[in-house]
Amino acid sequence: MRIVVDLNRCQGYAQCVYLAHEVFRLSGQEALTYEPNPDDERRLQVERAAVACPVHAIVIDRLEGAERGGAS
Amino acid sequence: MTLPATVAELVRDFRANGRIVIVGASLAGLRAAEALREEGFTGSLTIIGDEPYEPYDRPPLSKQVLKGWVPADHTKLPRMREVDADWRLGVAATGLDRAAKQVRLADGEQVPYDRLLIATGTRARQWPNPTEAALQGVHTIRSRDDAARLRAALAEPPSRVLVIGAGFIGSEVASVCRELDIPVTVVERGSAPLVGALGGVIGEIAAQMQRDHGVDLRCTLGVSSLEGDSAGHVRRARLSDGTVVDADVVVASLGSIRNVEWLEGSGLAAGFWGVGCDAGGRAFDINGVVTDSIYVAGDVARAPHVLYEYEFLAMEHWDNAVFGAEVAAHNMVNLEPHYRPHLLVPGFWSGQFGVNIKSVGVPPFGDEIVFTQGSVAGRSFAAAYGHRGRIVAAVTFDHGKWLEHYGKLIERSAPFPPPPPGWDRPPDMKPMPAEFPEPGVPTEVPDVVLTGHAPSERTAEFRPRRH
Repeated sequence: MRIVVDLNRCQGYAQCVYLAHEVFRLSGQEALTYEPNPDDERRLQVERAAVACPVHAIVIDRLEGAERGGAS
Repeated sequence: MTLPATVAELVRDFRANGRIVIVGASLAGLRAAEALREEGFTGSLTIIGDEPYEPYDRPPLSKQVLKGWVPADHTKLPRMREVDADWRLGVAATGLDRAAKQVRLADGEQVPYDRLLIATGTRARQWPNPTEAALQGVHTIRSRDDAARLRAALAEPPSRVLVIGAGFIGSEVASVCRELDIPVTVVERGSAPLVGALGGVIGEIAAQMQRDHGVDLRCTLGVSSLEGDSAGHVRRARLSDGTVVDADVVVASLGSIRNVEWLEGSGLAAGFWGVGCDAGGRAFDINGVVTDSIYVAGDVARAPHVLYEYEFLAMEHWDNAVFGAEVAAHNMVNLEPHYRPHLLVPGFWSGQFGVNIKSVGVPPFGDEIVFTQGSVAGRSFAAAYGHRGRIVAAVTFDHGKWLEHYGKLIERSAPFPPPPPGWDRPPDMKPMPAEFPEPGVPTEVPDVVLTGHAPSERTAEFRPRRH
């Protein structure tokens, strides 16, 4: 699956790290890094993390499975 | 039919049957395409990109990708909706004929348009000596291929990495090297890292942070030459003070170059700082007259900003690409009085040495700085930048939750120094000079640039007076 975190919006609450630590990591107190194309088996975790984010910074692909266009 | 009814019919017809071409298939190009469909545009949409890949996100490339956690091909951008476009990937646009309304491609094809969006972005500035730049082990980082190559080189691992230029990218590369326990030397021509973007006061804190993490940081120095071995692999660099640094990986992080060469001869206000446009994304021609059919978004756009004395701002920022693309797309399929302005308060982030550096506003527009919250010694603080008694920007180190507060102060031109928030105040809240380098002092190029007031760097042609 594909995600992107709007890191302008992210304030380092780290809820995503608790809910999906294989996908989201903190480097230090506040700097978030993440796996932008996590395995599909992480989907439930990632969706929970997106819902739990207090500032709604996690954006999940809305086209998963559909035809996308463009080379891969 | 009345004139307004005819115009409304034309707009309807364009939305249904028009031809829109987007040049640039990265974040701005993709989000613009999605926004056009969201706006109800059902005509033909062509997206041209010089890289063979579908749109991907770049910020992770200098961080989690270099570190080896995320593969370079894992940053494909999520899609907001279907765009039903004709994707021409792996072929660059090489020319624009405004009279014939055609974009020329590198393979010779001409793509006709009714409306055009320019979103060609920037590329990495290469090491200026082409022979030295061609040595194996000399890298820049901008594209996914660049990141994959540099990641492979760091995995070897090298005996020492030399980073030339301590802007955000250079500092992030140095940070990754230290996390991987690779010795790293950083050479910066300015007085400190990040000095062009955040000024000398913050630069000094960034310098200390680098040294605390074991970076061999050399400021106010340049690299005179790179030297390779008989196999053509870089081995050492000679610095401007005569010293020599042995390194088998060199990363030139010398800022970016705007991709405007393909617009040569098109008569647009395209130059070193990008393509001049109004705050609605409509491109200017070289005379400063706004065009009706050509729009600009993302890193290559350069537009006047109401908060910064209408100076033309060029912003290499993620949210500038997203919001600029949405505004341009909206305006491409609407008419006055329904145009929207792209009035973004700029913001960026950079994770390095375990600290989250964030900023809002335009720091180089300020000439004073005041620490407003937290502790510099603890590297967890907020500071505000001021210009003529008003707040114009703020920076935080691990204090990102406060950035929105400062953003709101900036939006309403609140006084500087700003009213102290009743929390977490530092002992000393006295404004001091922010210490930005004088224009013309060579340093890393900041990624938000105030580019003056003129829409074009080229000389417009003045008409002789009629007698």
